[in-house]
Amino acid sequence: MEDNTKNLENSNNSERIGNAEEECFETIIGLETHVELSTRTKMFCGCRLSFGEKPNSNTCPVCLGHPGSLPVVNKKAVEYAMKIALALNCRINKHTIFHRKNYFYPDMTKNYQISQFNLPIGIGGYVDVNMGDYTRRVGITRVHMEEDAGKLVHSGTTGRISEADYSIGDFNRAGTPLIEIVTEPEIKSPLEAKQYMITLRNILLYLDVSDCSMEEGSLRCDANISVKLKDSEKLGTRAEIKNLNSFKFIQKALEFEVSRHISVINSGKKVIQQTRHYDDKTQSTKALRSKEEAHDYRYFPDPDLVPIDIDESWIEKIRDSIPELPNQKEKRYRDKFGLSDYDSSLLSGDFGISDYFEKALKAYDANPKGICNWLMGDFSAFLNKDQISINDSKIRPEHLAGLVKLIDDGKISSKIAKSVFEEMYFKGSDPDEIIKEKGLEQISDEGELESIVEEAIKNNPDAVSQYRAGKVKAIGFIVGQVMQKTKGKANPALVNEIIIKKLS
Amino acid sequence: MGKIINREDVIHISNLAEMDYGSDEIDEMTLQLDKIIEHVAKISEVDTGNVSPTSHVLDISNVLREDEPRQSVEPEEALKNAPESSADGFKIPKID
Ligand SMILES: [Zn+2]
Repeated sequence: MEDNTKNLENSNNSERIGNAEEECFETIIGLETHVELSTRTKMFCGCRLSFGEKPNSNTCPVCLGHPGSLPVVNKKAVEYAMKIALALNCRINKHTIFHRKNYFYPDMTKNYQISQFNLPIGIGGYVDVNMGDYTRRVGITRVHMEEDAGKLVHSGTTGRISEADYSIGDFNRAGTPLIEIVTEPEIKSPLEAKQYMITLRNILLYLDVSDCSMEEGSLRCDANISVKLKDSEKLGTRAEIKNLNSFKFIQKALEFEVSRHISVINSGKKVIQQTRHYDDKTQSTKALRSKEEAHDYRYFPDPDLVPIDIDESWIEKIRDSIPELPNQKEKRYRDKFGLSDYDSSLLSGDFGISDYFEKALKAYDANPKGICNWLMGDFSAFLNKDQISINDSKIRPEHLAGLVKLIDDGKISSKIAKSVFEEMYFKGSDPDEIIKEKGLEQISDEGELESIVEEAIKNNPDAVSQYRAGKVKAIGFIVGQVMQKTKGKANPALVNEIIIKKLS
Repeated sequence: MGKIINREDVIHISNLAEMDYGSDEIDEMTLQLDKIIEHVAKISEVDTGNVSPTSHVLDISNVLREDEPRQSVEPEEALKNAPESSADGFKIPKID
């Protein structure tokens, strides 16, 4: 959530690299995102998906690539892929097939990866990316299904391949269903690239098809970037940056690349087409050693797998299973709840927060704005300070709703509410219990308040005469005295009313 | 040399396949591959204008399984055929 909030606030200075010279250049970025699906089993065999289990304990002849073993497609994975494709406004290819992508690397057991080539499951979609003061529509070229590779650990103290004598292969991850989402080269700045990823991740979380953990590698992306002079018709030469696994790295790596391309072009040299890797320690990218034949994958249809034919009723069934997506939520929050554009976009723009918001609304739906204000205000401030996400907070959504209801019912003042909130935040307790336990319930009993007001009037003749002389503000002083006496528990509006009545 | 495929093609393909061949072998293979391709090329004489591409020889589709876990093999079993292994997994020679 931190990311999202900061981003929208910063979006006005989106042209971070904005000096006069750099404005002559145009940046074009395309992203390829890989998402590991959260199915129970692998793409082509019944091995469980696992994380952190004993190496090679979730393997079988299929995912180990033994000769004679036959892959069989996981139906759920196909349906998740359709769900993603439809949510990204793609057309579904009604006849879709798998290809073999041939290359050698020891993290693959078969020396080919089962992937899709000319008939991917989804084509021709788009994602609207909210940049605060404008929307960037990013075209989605294709959504295709494939399988993940295994994991290699390189021997030696540095963990680097070049310094390792050998590597150890663990194939628990091999065969995990993987969806690749490829954009058109339509992203115009590193910040847009980052915001696209935030938007995409949010949609995937709403779809509930992946845990989308960038730290654990279930969501990662490669970026293609080229830079050209604005008035030049020829496209710039592109560089590919591999394996960007955080929002921050996506932006940083691309910002570095923009500057690098510009200085190469300015020095009269040519940008070389190459694959690069981002190193956060140096905040720069480095070229990877590449073999010339690296991109000759000799795709051909996998003879072990038969085509998948998708009819209209299957598509409709999947379409119906798609929940309300962020942009629809944003609209509902604005139109139905009367939340501001800013609040609607922040709430819907973060799956964790909007999920929390909706849960709170289930407990108390009379004041969405009130719940939203807590989420956007004090609650966010506390979470930011502790650098935790809303899911890790001790406050349960129904308790936050309860707090708002207590204020709405006039049971506690908004001032008391703040201290109740703190108690809730640190201890996770129920606001009803807190106010009972601490005797914080607002005094709205007129009889009880009248006697306290009378005493305050008696003790403060100066303020009373000022008020009677026409200085209306003096009443505030008397209210203050009553609040002090009741330790803030008096209902201030009622106190105000009683004082006016007594003094008139 | 071959009419359809030449020496460079064969060297390129053998590199992709991570195969090492001597110069004589490359020559021999170029001629052999050329003959094979010429033979197979006969297919292109058939008019396929109205035929959709075959991705699978069997006329079946939608062979799918439910997302139900099945028993995997034990790690020891998985590593049994590996030329070299350790408790942590398959031992892979230096990657370059
Ligand atoms: Zn398996």
